[in-house]
Amino acid sequence: MKLLIANGYVVDPAQGINSGRDLLIEDGRVVGLPTPGQEIPSGVEVLDATGLIVAPGFIDLHTHLREPGAEYKETIATGAAAAVAGGWTTVCAMPNTDPVNDSPAVTRFVIEQAQRAQLANVFPIGSLTKGCGGKELSEMGEMKSAGIVAVSDDGHSVPTAGMMRRAMEYARGFDLTVVDHCQDTSLTAGGVMHEGRWSLILGLRGMPAAAEEVHVVRDCVLSKLTGASVHIAHVSTSGALDAVRRAKEMGLPVTCEVAPHHWTLTDEALAEYDTNTKMSPPLRSRDHVAALLAGLRDRTIDAIATDHAPHHADEKELEFDQAPFGITGLETAIGLAFDLVNQGVIDLERLVSLCSTNPARIFGLKDRGCLAENAHADVTILDPACEWVFDVSSSKSKSRNTPFAGRAMTGAAVATIVGGRLVYLNPDYTRITDTKHRNASAK
Amino acid sequence: MQFNRKHLLGIRELEAGEIAHLLDTAETFRDVSRREIKKVPALRGRTVINLFFESSTRTRTSFEIAAKRLSADAINISVSTSSVSKGETLLDTARNLEAMAPDCIVVRHSMAGAPAHLARMGNAPIVNAGDGSHEHPTQALLDALTIREHKTRIEGLKVAIIGDVLHSRVARSNIHLLTKLGATVSIAGPGTLVPLEFGELVEQGLRVEKTIDDAIEGADVVMILRIQRERQEAAFFPSMREYAVHFGLRTKHLERAAPEAIVMHPGPINRGIEIASEIADGGRSLILDQVTNGVAVRMAVLYLLAGGGRAEVEEKGH
Repeated sequence: MKLLIANGYVVDPAQGINSGRDLLIEDGRVVGLPTPGQEIPSGVEVLDATGLIVAPGFIDLHTHLREPGAEYKETIATGAAAAVAGGWTTVCAMPNTDPVNDSPAVTRFVIEQAQRAQLANVFPIGSLTKGCGGKELSEMGEMKSAGIVAVSDDGHSVPTAGMMRRAMEYARGFDLTVVDHCQDTSLTAGGVMHEGRWSLILGLRGMPAAAEEVHVVRDCVLSKLTGASVHIAHVSTSGALDAVRRAKEMGLPVTCEVAPHHWTLTDEALAEYDTNTKMSPPLRSRDHVAALLAGLRDRTIDAIATDHAPHHADEKELEFDQAPFGITGLETAIGLAFDLVNQGVIDLERLVSLCSTNPARIFGLKDRGCLAENAHADVTILDPACEWVFDVSSSKSKSRNTPFAGRAMTGAAVATIVGGRLVYLNPDYTRITDTKHRNASAK
Repeated sequence: MQFNRKHLLGIRELEAGEIAHLLDTAETFRDVSRREIKKVPALRGRTVINLFFESSTRTRTSFEIAAKRLSADAINISVSTSSVSKGETLLDTARNLEAMAPDCIVVRHSMAGAPAHLARMGNAPIVNAGDGSHEHPTQALLDALTIREHKTRIEGLKVAIIGDVLHSRVARSNIHLLTKLGATVSIAGPGTLVPLEFGELVEQGLRVEKTIDDAIEGADVVMILRIQRERQEAAFFPSMREYAVHFGLRTKHLERAAPEAIVMHPGPINRGIEIASEIADGGRSLILDQVTNGVAVRMAVLYLLAGGGRAEVEEKGH
């Protein structure tokens, strides 16, 4: 089966392409990027991407799909539906499920559930330690054979440097990137928000920036010791970024991601005790947000990741101290990333690097994150001019825990193609598949 | 200026004029408690629920007496937080109470933001009677009323607040109130309980001092905060003994204060720890005046929130 995405503007940083091209796909793989206007042979299905950006499929390095164990929050199928609706062709599923993904059986279960859903690619991340308990190594080799793409104890920072060292040394042997949610829990015990002026005003227990920074520095030092590739999850403080910047200057294999809420909101957003502003790491103060924007500009930050963390409304409608950490993010991330483009923080090419090219490189996802010949035909089609409002009631996720309900945005992912199949099309963009229009533009 | 808010959740969001109006109203109610018949019909037929998720004797009693002196029907509900966490959520508890159509719910909760949560989700006016380390607005109002009574004004005064500022909702509400009304506030205590960042709590009028001597220097008002013994487990300071020696208020400290300085404490006091008995029981101590004024302030708050109505306030003024 052949598919031609015609008349779009292809942005593929991996190949240095930034121009008007068609994209020809066959049997789930990229055939090539022909010059537009050529005659279309019969038997080729055509999507008309006039005025739209055609990018290699976006890859979210940090997603919580909750299955197995908390299917009332999200399932792999609903999470994958939210992913493709948000423009993500691939999501990497964190292992903190119940049971934890610390065995090949759970890894295979996740992959099978994703195959049943037939929406986004779902690549499991295995745990570093058994049960994310921070004590014994997980069977990383067996999980790698079963299909994991990285290892992490996300949400449970590995408490001791000694354990982290062993985990890094072991993971390195399997070419698995170690992803760390950096948090020294001895500094955050009981904390529910960023420690600073607003935590003092609100009387909520704070989590100092130092708690994140202490572990980022530790992990950079351990990367030097072990040679392991380390990816710092959802970096949120200026000191953490400084540590990553320095590690990169030293040539260490250290990368980092940022989550959209961390550059969009500050801790002032907690003023009304809305539990949809409670996440970990917490929303930081203005100076940290400024540092994140600088890190996006100077390329210290490698990737944008959602940290999509669905929770049921019953769990979030509690006292602030009692509510769980986390917000959904798959359907709002790209709109918020376009804020960066619209504000001149990054350009469109960098947006694609942050959401596709670099994530593929960080986890070593072969033939993804680019539109080269024979790459997987995962494509995200963007409309930078699309003005829209996030309607949480029509979210594809099972959960509704977002501080961005009703937020107006400019720029969106409007169509998502996974393995050569159109798995999501924004209802306002049916012209893409409109036969008459397509014939007219093909001439 | 009048007070037209639906809820009283904290002092931070109030304007100076609103605070002054609350204090003026409280003053008119102070007389009621001095009469032989300590009751006015202002809230006859209205229902006030005191919903206490955290144990409290004086605040709950004070609200109850205030409601009764206004002729409201006051109902006390004490819920241990542990039983709530086992079953019914705060929201469900509040919704059930709201179904009985109270005119005001007074909430005390160990978690910051719980009253704001109820205010957002429900319909009844909410009075925050203390939420975690956030605010305790009626305490700050009664402290201000007490200061006004003895110093005639708040503007221009120097107030020292000593002790566990970090965990104190009383300190926060007082800092907001006093600085809004033009006082300057100095805070001091162990470094673990008085973070340097605390100075940023308000725009101006607040200083973090290194020693309690520095904070008390020239102070017109010295407020002592209660040390909560449970904090000791979290190792914020090494021992009660050391606390008493280095951070407890003793007579020698008051020599640095202004000549007519007054001493306040929100109670209940730990004698010999944060305050020496001779000060607590001495002539400068206004601890019991604070309790008396507490009833007047709570009468004013309930009156304004539970449907006393603006018209009646104006009538009263005539």
